[in-house]
Amino acid sequence: MSAPTYDLGTLHGGLRLPGHKSASTGQAIIDVPVPAQLVLPITQHVGDPSQPVVGIGERVLKGQLIAESDGTLSAPVHAPSSGKIIAIEPWPVSRRYGENAPCIVIECDGKDEAVLPADMPGNTPANFTTLAPADLLTKILQGGIVGLGGAAFPTAQKLMQARTCKIDHLLLNGVECESYISCDDLLMRERAGEIVNGAQILMHALQIDVCFIAIESDKPEAIRALALVLGEINDERIVIKQVPTIYPSGGEDQLVQLVTNREVPSGGLPSDVGCLVQNVGTAAAIHDWVVDNQPLISRVTTITGDGVASPVNVRARIGTTISDIIELAGGYTDSAKQLIIGGPMTGKSVTTDRVPLVKATNCILVSSETPSPGPALPCIRCGDCAAVCPVQLLPQQLFWYACADDEDKMREFGLMDCIECGCCDLVCPSHIPLTADFRVAKGRIQELADEKARAARARQRFEARSNRLEREQTERETELAQQKASAKKAGPSAIAEILKRKQTSKDDE
Amino acid sequence: MEFKRREAPYLIPQVSVSSMMLQVLAALVPAAIVHVWFFGPGFILNLLVAAVFAAGGETVMLGLRNRKSEAGLTDYSVLVTAALFAFALPSLTPWWVTATGALFAVIVAKHLYGGLGFNIFNPAMAGYVVILIAFPMHLNLWIAPRMGDLDYQHLTVLQTLQYTLTGSLPDGILFDAISRATPLDVMKSGLNNARTFAEIRAIPVMGDFGGRGWEWIGNFLAFGGFWLLIKKIIRWQIPVGVGLGLLVPATIMYMVEPGSHASPGFHLFSGATILCAFFIATDPVSAATSPKGRLIYGIGIGFLIYCIRRWGSYADGVAFAVLLMNMAVPTIDYLTRPHIIGHDLSADSGEADG
Repeated sequence: MSAPTYDLGTLHGGLRLPGHKSASTGQAIIDVPVPAQLVLPITQHVGDPSQPVVGIGERVLKGQLIAESDGTLSAPVHAPSSGKIIAIEPWPVSRRYGENAPCIVIECDGKDEAVLPADMPGNTPANFTTLAPADLLTKILQGGIVGLGGAAFPTAQKLMQARTCKIDHLLLNGVECESYISCDDLLMRERAGEIVNGAQILMHALQIDVCFIAIESDKPEAIRALALVLGEINDERIVIKQVPTIYPSGGEDQLVQLVTNREVPSGGLPSDVGCLVQNVGTAAAIHDWVVDNQPLISRVTTITGDGVASPVNVRARIGTTISDIIELAGGYTDSAKQLIIGGPMTGKSVTTDRVPLVKATNCILVSSETPSPGPALPCIRCGDCAAVCPVQLLPQQLFWYACADDEDKMREFGLMDCIECGCCDLVCPSHIPLTADFRVAKGRIQELADEKARAARARQRFEARSNRLEREQTERETELAQQKASAKKAGPSAIAEILKRKQTSKDDE
Repeated sequence: MEFKRREAPYLIPQVSVSSMMLQVLAALVPAAIVHVWFFGPGFILNLLVAAVFAAGGETVMLGLRNRKSEAGLTDYSVLVTAALFAFALPSLTPWWVTATGALFAVIVAKHLYGGLGFNIFNPAMAGYVVILIAFPMHLNLWIAPRMGDLDYQHLTVLQTLQYTLTGSLPDGILFDAISRATPLDVMKSGLNNARTFAEIRAIPVMGDFGGRGWEWIGNFLAFGGFWLLIKKIIRWQIPVGVGLGLLVPATIMYMVEPGSHASPGFHLFSGATILCAFFIATDPVSAATSPKGRLIYGIGIGFLIYCIRRWGSYADGVAFAVLLMNMAVPTIDYLTRPHIIGHDLSADSGEADG
C-alpha cells in the first residue's frame, strides 16, 4: 500500500477557514431521481457556446448529443435522460447570477432510455492502453467533459494544449479547500477505483509517468480509500500527496506550487512548468466516458448550509433545477435567504433557484443572509492582506492604485495575477471589499486593453483603406493614360467610337 | 424561490479597526498603572486632556471635511493617538501644552493629510515634537520616581491638578524638591562630563538596567507588546528591527569602550525604547507595509534613536527617529516589494521574497 507522502513545496499566506464539512459528509452520496424537466444551458463551460443539433419536438435518448461544440474552445452537451425537446429558450443560469441565457429544455418521459453503447462515437475497447494517445483524445473530446472542480474548462482542449508542451506531472486535485464543499471528498471515498483509472487514462493519453493525487489532511477517509485502491493495483507511478488544510491550496496554480515547488509563470498555464492539473471528479468522468461510454450527464454536488433541512451530497442529472434538487433533499429551512452556487469564498450568489445544475456546480450553499460588515473604513495599511495573499501581492497598495485608476501601477503590482480567492477581504479590519474592487479594476484594465486593440484595428483598417484608394487612383490614372495613348495611336474615328460608348453607358445609369 | 444577490466572498471579517485599536489601548493599561504608581496621578490628567482635545479636534475636522463624525470616533484611533502622546509627556504638564500637542497631532498631522489611513507622519510623535520645540522647559521637568529608599516629596492629586490647570506649583513646594533629571539626561551629561558609565550607574535615579520607574514601565509595555504580538495586532518585524537597530550599535560601542558608552541594557530599558518598538513604530498607517520593509524601517528607527541619544542634543530621540523614518517609507516600500508568484525574478525590480 503506498502511503501518502508529505514532501511539499510552500504556499505563501492562505487562511485556515472553518470547515463546515462534517454537516454533509455524514452519509453516502444520494441519487436524485430524474425530474420531470431538465434545463441544459448551451454554455456550461469556459469558451464558445455549443450549438444545438436537435429540434423542438424531437425525442432524445439518454446520452444523445443535443448540442455540439462550436469554435476552438467548447464542449458538447448530451441529453441526461430520455424525453422530448420542448423548448430552446432563455432560462435563468447560475453563470449569470440568475439572469437568462439560452437553454435546451427537455420534458423527460421517465423511461431513462439510453443510446446503445455501440451507437456512441469512438466506441473504445475495454483496454484503453491499446488505443493511440491521439485517438484517446478524440474520444475524450466527444464526451462533453469539462473541469468539474468549478472552472469548467473543456478537458479535451486542456489536454490538447498540454500535448504541445513537455508535461512530466499529472496532478489530480482532490484538495477541495473551500468551506462547506465535500463532493470530491465523498467521490474519492466512494469511487476511488474510477478516479485512479481516470488518472491512468490521462497518463496514457499524454504519456506522463508521474501522477500525484493531492488531498487535504482533513480527508483521512478519502486518503485511505485511494491508498487502498493504489495498493491493490500496484501502480508505482501514482502517489498520494497529503497537503495542509489551508485555503486556497486547491487553486490550480497554488496546487502546482505546493506539490511540485514550481511557479506557474504570470499569465501562463501549469503546462508551462510541465504540469497538468485535473480535478478528481474530472478523472472519474473520463473513466465513465472512455470505459463505460457514459458521457458527462450527471455529477455529484454538495447541498449544504443552514438554509437546507438535511445537508448531503447528491448525484443529480445535469439540468435538474436547484429547486428540484433541494426539494428532493428535504427542502429549505426558514433561514434560507441566500443561494450560492459554489463555495462561500468564490461562489456565485444567484437570485433564483430556477437555475439548473450545470457541469460546474460543485456546491449548492443555502444560508442565512451574510450580515453586512458595515461601511468600509479607510485602509490603515496593516498589511494583513499581504500576509495572507497566496500570490504574494500587496493588496493594500493595489487598492490604492485601483482607487487612483493607475493602470500602469496596477499592472506593475500584479493586479492581473490576483486569483480573487477572497483571503484579503476576510482579514481586512477596515472591511474593504478588496476582491470585488479588484474584479472591477481587472475589468477596467481589460476594457482599456480592448479599447486600445479596437483603436489599433481601426487605424489599421483606415490605413489599409487609404492605401487601397491611393493604389486604385494611380492604377486608374495609368490605365487612363494607356487608353489615351492607344486611342491617339488608333486615330480620330476610334476616339469618336469611345466617346459614343461612354455616352450610352451614362444613359444606362 | 427568490434570493438576494451579493458579491463574493460571503464570509465576513472577524476583525475590525475598532477592535484592533481597543486591544492596543488594553495593552497599554498595565504600563499606565505602573506609570501612575511611580510618577503620580499626572499621567491620568494628561491622558484626559489629550483625549478630550484629540477627540474634539477629530470631531471638528470630520465636520469640516463633511465626514460622518461617529464613524471617525468609533474607530478609537484618536484615543490611541492620545494615549501614546500621554505616555510621552512628563507627569507634570500644563494643560495647554498637552492640548497644543494633541490638537496638532489630530488636526495637522492626521486630518490635513487626509485623516485615518492617509497620514504620512505618526500623529502622536508629530504632536510631541511640536511641543518639545515650543515648550522645551515644560517637557524637561520629570518628577522623581517613587523609590522607597529615598525620600522625595510627592504631590497629591489636587496639587497635581493645580499644576496641570495653572502651570504653577502650590505655595511652598519648589521644583527642585520634587523633580529630577531623567536617567537619559543624567547619562548624557555624565558621559559628556567624562564620567564613566559605572559611576553614572551609581546615581540613585538609575535602576537595575535603565532608570528607576522607567524600566518598570518598559517591562509592562513589553508585556503589552508581546500580548499584541500574540494577538497578531502587530507583527514581529518592527519591534525586532527597532531592537536590532538600537542594540547592535550600542553593543559594539559598549564593547569597544565600556567606560564612555551606556550599556545596551540601559538603552533598551530607558526612555521610550520599548514604547517605540511595540506601540509607536508599529502604527501601521505611517510605517512601511511589506514585511521586509518593516524590518528595515524598524532598524532605521532603532539606529537613529542610538545616534540621537549618543551624538544629538536631545536626551532621547524616539520622536525624531520615527518621523525621519516615516519620510523614508514610500522609498522603502517601493524597494522591498515581495516577489509576485509567477513573475520573472530577473524582471522584478523588487527583491526576491518577502
